[in-house]
Amino acid sequence: MAQSLAKEFTKGLWAEIPPFRLVLGLCPTLAVTKSVENGIGMGIATTFVLVFSNLLISLLRNIIPSKVRIACYIVIVATFVTIVELLMQAYTYELFLKLGIFIPLIVVNCIVLGRAEAFANKNGPLPSVADGLGIGMGFTLSLAALGAVRELLGNGTLTIWGGTPIFEMAEGFLPFRFMLEAPGAFIGLGLMLCLMNLIGKK
Amino acid sequence: MREMINMVVVLTVLTALSGGLLATVKAKTEVQIENQVLKFQKAPAIKGIFPETTNDPLAERFMIDNEGVPLQVFPGKLSDGSKAVAFETKGTGFGGAVGLMVGINVDTDTIVEVRVTTHSETPGIGSRAKDDPSFASQFSGKGLDTNFSMKADGGAVDAMSGATVTSKAVSVAANQAKEIYQKLKPEIVKQMN
Repeated sequence: MAQSLAKEFTKGLWAEIPPFRLVLGLCPTLAVTKSVENGIGMGIATTFVLVFSNLLISLLRNIIPSKVRIACYIVIVATFVTIVELLMQAYTYELFLKLGIFIPLIVVNCIVLGRAEAFANKNGPLPSVADGLGIGMGFTLSLAALGAVRELLGNGTLTIWGGTPIFEMAEGFLPFRFMLEAPGAFIGLGLMLCLMNLIGKK
Repeated sequence: MREMINMVVVLTVLTALSGGLLATVKAKTEVQIENQVLKFQKAPAIKGIFPETTNDPLAERFMIDNEGVPLQVFPGKLSDGSKAVAFETKGTGFGGAVGLMVGINVDTDTIVEVRVTTHSETPGIGSRAKDDPSFASQFSGKGLDTNFSMKADGGAVDAMSGATVTSKAVSVAANQAKEIYQKLKPEIVKQMN
């Protein structure tokens, strides 16, 4: 049991890591990864939603009629997203301002709905929570990694939390501003995807 | 038939429960959010409207009754000795309510400056109302007899191109501020002294 739980958890960190392996949830991935901080914040918010929606959906999986299951999932996911939004507004207001519209958009994030439909719908509460946690952590790591590449090249800094950079490029480094724009997100994501496929092949 | 009833019951119960849960969370976080909005939205807006005051508008804020709805008023004593007030009104934009902090000089009945506070407008389009000062600066120094509607609607304000809905929301908020001020001026002046 513990072994299979660990398996459900760790698969989200490499074998099925979103957005690289599943290539789902690209909208927030491309939009918010201007800095590591934004990536981590978005990742944590999504993880919270994933864990709780997975838990609730798996508990209710025998009660929810299959014909209206998507509507039920959306209600559950939307509820948790709104809770996250209110909590972020109350306690991390600056981050809330930066992520803005992309927090409510977690509702339509394919990862959340995808896990509900593909996993929580068929498994018990414990594996579902492990799955949500794993996928959520994988998502957070991916966003942080992409954010790190973009922030480092585009701005010459690394900011983990709280707005003060922990690392700055040496004086004279000219940032590639374009890495902070939308095309930079596509190129960064593409290169990382390519790198992961290269490593995965061996 | 049974199946249909089942579907209706499950969905109804689910939505009712989530409604209840959300109402609870909202009630619990309301005060905290209010504080955060004050600190991160209203304080910078006030600072932008009254860059130099001899008092602290945030600390001296008071509530006033506007036909049953409480209105938060920030009094400012400007460096040239004149008195001013700032308060927030809301218009409906593209993505929900657009908050507008309106500063009014009480001595001359003119707008000091306006600033957009909370909004959920499209980044880069409607959000220019807040980020690009050229739109909001149209209001500065205008008398309160001005009609703050769009020029297309017979008013005196140029809309931001591509962001008509947001521009209108700001206009509506400004016109509303004008009405509230004209109605409540005696009350505001009394409270300030």
